[in-house]
Amino acid sequence: MIRGQSSSSRIVSHAVLVTGAIIIVFPFLWMILASLTPQSEIFDGSLLPTPTLHGAIDNYGTALSAIPLLRFMANGFVVCLAILVLQIAIAIPCGYALAKLSFPGRPILLVGVLLGLLMPVQIPTIPIYIALAKSGLLDSYAALVLPWIISVFAIFLFRQFFVTFPDEVLDAARLDGFSELSIAWRIMLPAAWPAVVSFSIFSIVAHWNDLYWPMVVITNPDMMTASLGIAYFRQAGEGAGNVGALMAGGVLVTAPLVAFFLLMQKHFIRGLVLGRH
Amino acid sequence: MAALDLHIDDIGKRFGAIDVLRGICLRVAAGEFVTLLGPSGCGKSTLLRIIAGLERADQGHVRAGGRGLDAVAPKDRDLAFVFQSYALYPHLSVHDNIAAPLVMRELSSLERLPVIGALLPGAIQRKRSIQERVRQTSGLLKLDALLERRPSALSGGQRQRVALGRAMVRKPKIFLMDEPLANLDAALRIHTRGEIARLHKEMETTTIFVTHDQAEAAALSDRVAVIFGGELRQVAAPADLYREPVDLDVARFLAQPFLNELAVAAPIGGGLMIGGSRIIIRDALGSGLAGTLAFRPEHATLAEKDHPGALPVRVTRIEQAGIDAHVFVDAEAGAQFVARISAERARSLRDGDNLGLTIDAEKAWFFPSNGSRQRGDHSGAA
Repeated sequence: MIRGQSSSSRIVSHAVLVTGAIIIVFPFLWMILASLTPQSEIFDGSLLPTPTLHGAIDNYGTALSAIPLLRFMANGFVVCLAILVLQIAIAIPCGYALAKLSFPGRPILLVGVLLGLLMPVQIPTIPIYIALAKSGLLDSYAALVLPWIISVFAIFLFRQFFVTFPDEVLDAARLDGFSELSIAWRIMLPAAWPAVVSFSIFSIVAHWNDLYWPMVVITNPDMMTASLGIAYFRQAGEGAGNVGALMAGGVLVTAPLVAFFLLMQKHFIRGLVLGRH
Repeated sequence: MAALDLHIDDIGKRFGAIDVLRGICLRVAAGEFVTLLGPSGCGKSTLLRIIAGLERADQGHVRAGGRGLDAVAPKDRDLAFVFQSYALYPHLSVHDNIAAPLVMRELSSLERLPVIGALLPGAIQRKRSIQERVRQTSGLLKLDALLERRPSALSGGQRQRVALGRAMVRKPKIFLMDEPLANLDAALRIHTRGEIARLHKEMETTTIFVTHDQAEAAALSDRVAVIFGGELRQVAAPADLYREPVDLDVARFLAQPFLNELAVAAPIGGGLMIGGSRIIIRDALGSGLAGTLAFRPEHATLAEKDHPGALPVRVTRIEQAGIDAHVFVDAEAGAQFVARISAERARSLRDGDNLGLTIDAEKAWFFPSNGSRQRGDHSGAA
């Protein structure tokens, strides 16, 4: 708390924050309550639905049996993990090279990375789709993973982190027998650990929740990821019109992300301020 | 341990339009301790980095034990580098920092893996031998109690010892040290200086030590190489350097804290006219050029005002320096000098006293305006 602030101004600022928090939390609260309420009672005119045990069993039962929700979540898990591992495997050496190695063309490459940051995913959608279609990769994990493995955001983030790393340590490493790649993995990666953790959270949240790309490349329900699965549930299967079951699916899909975030919260916040340990 | 000799042959280096190093030639004998001394920015660190292979020279060659090093990668040059900032690996413990050069050199990338590595045949043996050598080194440097700590939990002096340990552990043939004491406080600097001298005596490794501190250079070195503006000016044993600086820059740099200087006209008949008196300076004989007369405060004394051959001066300030005192005087000609006399004698002096300054002509130097002094070469191999 900032010293010297009067208690009345503190009350006002807290009131504003609490109001904001309520507005943000409300949809999630409604989702959880609706997932526990029988279909017929959700829209009975009250502000919040009233949960019943019977409604909860019904909704979660439908969500888990009408569509292969666990399969969707497993798909999502595999895809997110594969994307993250490959993104880091590519971005750490790239970020290191851009930050610390001098080679012809480095400034242009850095500009390229910055331009890449400005490019929305919708622009290259069609060429990538065509490429995947021609190589017969549609409806596969590869179609979900490969377009994302080069993250210019990660390259840029790590590059910014590495730039401040003392050059003398790298010189010492070269004399000690480290190759450039082992410098990247054994020295730069541990040094950038907070940045890696916060990037991991960004990446996992983005790809777990991504609806756009799976919708472009996946039509086979067996390959669907969690968010696409929910959308599919709403439009096609028995979920159509069953708001309670839909909300139950929503809760199940959101829960792992919330758990993951709570687990990593400490690292995440440290990564945001980019402090060194 | 077999130390290697080092030949530095006509090294030149440019950064953009600036000549950082020009035609540096230096031979360092096996086991010798040579200091590169010069003001900051003179190129001494760049020279060290070229020897290590961290920087590429634009011309010239480096050879160690007869082997050309120009095309050899830094890690294969069999030398170790100690950095001013210590350059420890921040995420590794003291033990792992010291072990790093051995681990990277002696274990394959598979053997370095945490679990699988332990199962490979031979790896256990080699890891045990690495442990053994890390323990030896840490014992030598009194780091045993700190092995599990991270560098961030160490003091400056402890970090410096870890950096030395990491350099020593693989028993390199040549040590390169880039101002390793600069970040330590005064007392610790003198202590660590002693440690380095002791280690050099024990290991007899060829050592090149960079510093801008002439006292450090004098205390440690067999020979000192003085570098100014990218040029090697003089290479000599510390005592010779003190007695016979080759030019005015070197004399100034080695005369701490003061050097007396006086611009003089060309000597007439072997004598220099200073004010109304003629002083015979051995150096100036036959040179026929104008130049600068220079002498150390300890080579001047204060006598009576009308002492024959003395320069009439007036005391302006007296600075106590322990057993001695520095007496600042103004000459009639407008020049300022400092004489170092015993504190005992200085007690009888007062500001404004009129005295005579006499210069020990045997020990004063004459630097002709066109460069170096003319004299017998005391600089040894250059």
